[in-house]
Amino acid sequence: MTKILTRMGDNSNVEFTRDELRQEFIEGSEFAAKKAKIPPLTENEIDWLVDMFAAPTRIWGVQRGNEVVMTKDGCVNALNSSQMSSGVVAPVNREVGVRLFESMLGFDSMEVSHNDYSVKPQRFLKKLEMLHVEILMETTIFPLLYGFMPNLGLYFKTDGPFDNPYDLMQQGKIKESQETQEAAGVKCLEDCIEMSDAMLEMGADGIDYDTVASTGDGEFAAVLKSTEHVAKETGLPVEIGMSTEMVTGVHGSIEYNGKRLAGMWPHQQLQVCEEAGVSIFGPVSTTNSKKSTPWNLGKALVFVKSCTDIAKVPIHPNVGMGVGGVPMFETPAVDVVTRCSAAMIEIGKADGL
Amino acid sequence: MHMAHLLASSMGGIRAAGDLVARMQLSKKMRIDEAKKYVADKLHVSPLDLSDPHEMRLLREELDIGTVTGVPGVAKGIAAKARIAQLLDIEINCVEQFKKKTGLHY
Repeated sequence: MTKILTRMGDNSNVEFTRDELRQEFIEGSEFAAKKAKIPPLTENEIDWLVDMFAAPTRIWGVQRGNEVVMTKDGCVNALNSSQMSSGVVAPVNREVGVRLFESMLGFDSMEVSHNDYSVKPQRFLKKLEMLHVEILMETTIFPLLYGFMPNLGLYFKTDGPFDNPYDLMQQGKIKESQETQEAAGVKCLEDCIEMSDAMLEMGADGIDYDTVASTGDGEFAAVLKSTEHVAKETGLPVEIGMSTEMVTGVHGSIEYNGKRLAGMWPHQQLQVCEEAGVSIFGPVSTTNSKKSTPWNLGKALVFVKSCTDIAKVPIHPNVGMGVGGVPMFETPAVDVVTRCSAAMIEIGKADGL
Repeated sequence: MHMAHLLASSMGGIRAAGDLVARMQLSKKMRIDEAKKYVADKLHVSPLDLSDPHEMRLLREELDIGTVTGVPGVAKGIAAKARIAQLLDIEINCVEQFKKKTGLHY
């Protein structure tokens, strides 16, 4: 029986029969549908995906005319950073790197950010960041956002001044754990607003908040309030890229506009982000490295479709390393990346990536 | 990985009209079809042409809104963005900041 070569979530090779391949998509789809109580992929969509993965070509792409626009996180980390960011340590600064992304690589937009990508360390370099944004605004043509991770975790001991909520929870001090998250959230919000305002003053085309809710619902709340500020006070766009498919309830009781943030799935995250004034929303589906890429892609597409079906703003699913069906590996293979990319648009109906 | 996504799905930025469509998504929250239609109407082309580097390369030079390859005299940087803002009838933040700084009005 003919075997179809594809990959696992860790980028290693795996072979399936056509029926096994179909079953992988179905199981991934049903996993997401059951978790978030949303519709699974249809028979036609599964057929399309099976045909795509069964085709022997190395590269896949969208149909001509269905191309979308790319937004980017992490600035030029892929060029000048280390393995941590899948970087190749090229001796390239941001001014050169951004121009290369614009002209040589043909990106539709880009983000300026510091290699140390969290808002807490970036705030100490505010003037330097402002200068880089100001200079790049004069020399580039494509839209240029300024971005960072809110990364509330850095505000807790031992990295920051606030008591660590995880330590407090282990001691059974739940109320104290919630209070420290609320206090740290206020400081994180101040920093997000300070950096956002500064970069917009330099002419940035918008702000990108990346890996939002990595430290749970407290961080998500801070970002929603910062988005409100940017959208309402400046009228400039905010892109929110999430960190995971479900918001972890580290606090458990934080609400936004009467909605509890803990436990929110992508289509629910989208709704509160829209209420806050977001311009582009980036849902995430994390890759399970023990499952196949078809399984992971089936799961990711169900989450993305639940957003694109109801969105009032553009949806740009995260399709980097380890998200959006893409394998968790520092150099994910093009045979699966191009398929995940095309599937997000043709099946997921994404407005960008 | 970036190259894989670009090859598979991207409009190609300033190689074509991807930057223009991206601006409409950001500034007006337009979904992709609406953003493409808006830009296509402003450029008097079809939405299909927007991703075509052949059609768009010639048009971008004609409209003087920046080209992917280096051509002396063609608008670059802030000058290209000022022309893009006028063409698309939108405000671009850095262009507005530039006008404030220089006292230029157009």
